[in-house]
Amino acid sequence: MYRYDHYDQAMVEARVAEFRDQTRRRLEGKLTEEQFKPLRLMNGLYLQLHAYMLRVAIPYGTLSSRQLEMLATIADKYDRGYGHFTTRQNIQFNWIRLEDAPDALADLATVEMHAIQTSGNCIRNISCDHFAGAAADEIADPRPYAELLRQWSSFHPEFSYLPRKFKIAVIASERDRAAMRLHDIGIRLVTRGGALGAQFYVGGGMGRTPMIAPLIRDFVPIDQFITYAEAVLRVYNRYGRRDNKYKARIKILVHELGAEAFRREVEAEFAHLIEVGVEPPRAELERIKAHFADPPFAEGPTTIDAGDPAFARWVERNTHAHRHPAYVSAIISLKPAGGIPGDASAAQMRLVAELARQYSFDEVRVMHTQNLLLPHVAKADLPALWQALARAGLASANIDTIEDIIACPGLDYCSLANARSIPLAQRLSERFAATGRSAVLGELKLKISGCINACGHHHAGHIGILGVDKKGRENYQLSLGGSEAEDVSLARITGPGFDEDGVIAAVEKATEVYLAERKEGERFLDTYRRIGMEPFKEAIYGG
Amino acid sequence: MRIITGNDLRTGAVVWWTGSGWSRFVDDAIDAGDAAEEIMAREEAARRVNVPYVCEASRDAQGHVRPAHIKDRVRALGPTVRRDLAVPTAARTGWDWVI
Repeated sequence: MYRYDHYDQAMVEARVAEFRDQTRRRLEGKLTEEQFKPLRLMNGLYLQLHAYMLRVAIPYGTLSSRQLEMLATIADKYDRGYGHFTTRQNIQFNWIRLEDAPDALADLATVEMHAIQTSGNCIRNISCDHFAGAAADEIADPRPYAELLRQWSSFHPEFSYLPRKFKIAVIASERDRAAMRLHDIGIRLVTRGGALGAQFYVGGGMGRTPMIAPLIRDFVPIDQFITYAEAVLRVYNRYGRRDNKYKARIKILVHELGAEAFRREVEAEFAHLIEVGVEPPRAELERIKAHFADPPFAEGPTTIDAGDPAFARWVERNTHAHRHPAYVSAIISLKPAGGIPGDASAAQMRLVAELARQYSFDEVRVMHTQNLLLPHVAKADLPALWQALARAGLASANIDTIEDIIACPGLDYCSLANARSIPLAQRLSERFAATGRSAVLGELKLKISGCINACGHHHAGHIGILGVDKKGRENYQLSLGGSEAEDVSLARITGPGFDEDGVIAAVEKATEVYLAERKEGERFLDTYRRIGMEPFKEAIYGG
Repeated sequence: MRIITGNDLRTGAVVWWTGSGWSRFVDDAIDAGDAAEEIMAREEAARRVNVPYVCEASRDAQGHVRPAHIKDRVRALGPTVRRDLAVPTAARTGWDWVI
């Protein structure tokens, strides 16, 4: 994986020193909160419901064991012994003291991590397919390109004050495991005539106005893809609205201009930038690529002895095909029945770090679905890995089932939220696990957001739940039919909202309709798309 | 009643105006009435509190101060999903008090 060079390290350390000075001046009263707030936000420090919250970037979701151990140390030393993995492959610490924040950032810098650009109207953490470098179906490892984007976008002076925040995802397969088309820019690596290039989808997003990004350019030669990204950002920076926060994202610009007119603007800017020559030298990409060389895979058994039924269930649900036949990628569910989606204790982080060292070439991934992943596990090692996870309560065999719920922190932590998300996720996962129904339902992606900002991706859930404030009480809107995968679609609201008990009952009724109506091999989403909303509405509201 | 809340500048902890200082416990909050704005300006300038604001609340028969909005009740007790991290007053009010 990528290691900082002296420029990277110097930049991060300089930022820590700068923030330490800013924090000191705030505590001494030389800066007001109005002056300090944008400075702390540039360093990922929010003020949430109960305390300051520090959001740490995990570039394209990749961590070494040493880095994960440092996150555990931060949790113990400066927080309350746990962290929360987010839907953009970051981690959040909920109880950071302002006076400790510079020390926490200094500790992070020792393992080449930071919280820069995890807030504010800038280019945020670059996210990526969590199976990058391991997936059997990818045409190239997207991480070097994500890293080049990270370096290009870090402290980019022109893009530090965009109209609104800006999120980029990179994938390299037909399957979309990064919600690519629900990002401001979604990049898919493709080949044309044997040459590698990038497809650019621009103007997707969730939030209060969800949109699926249209294709803006089918093929940008790979040695021009940073230039194309720069052209997109320049057009956005020039024409994006700054007068209305709710209309400031690039999706609104693309929608209002129309994809074709937007493309023309980008192409004109691209032609200009090609003349200027802003693309990083090819040698830089090659230097980065060298950091992502394959680990020393060993030959070994290509089959898995899954005699134990519990182990077999875990293998079936929690492992993913690897491009090396003797390996798989193994997903560690952070969704125990009744648990808090995405939360991990410091002890759990340390255990996963140790298991990664032992079984996965020292590498861990954070998934946008709020789980962890060991990308390269020898099939021969799977039983031992599973047993170690099971002993620690980390072997829930529930990936992509109705128990594997994405949920934002909601009103339990977030100052923007209108309703709690986590208690719903807890009750639903507990209920479906207890009845054994989740295994029968198969793939069913349920996503919960506690407000319209949609951090819980409810628009893209096969079943989505949005918490709203209804006259001071929590109320939940149910929606069906969303997907953030390659068959991307936006969910539709079923009808009037419910209280907490009501929405749980409604989810149950929706699953009953699916079980009654499904044809052989159909997922919940397939059945919904075939039969439409009406049978579900009838079951949910009919009686 | 109009009570004042905010976050401690150094720690970020939720605090409530008691009439003479800031407390972690919502039950210590007093009705600041028309003086709220002046108190907030003074206390923020002195860096004893960060981003203070006024919220409506009532005092129940048991003497507990109950903010009108659920968001402030969650702030008063802590995350409902991590009761082990709750502000100690939670034991007195019970979690049903939040919802």
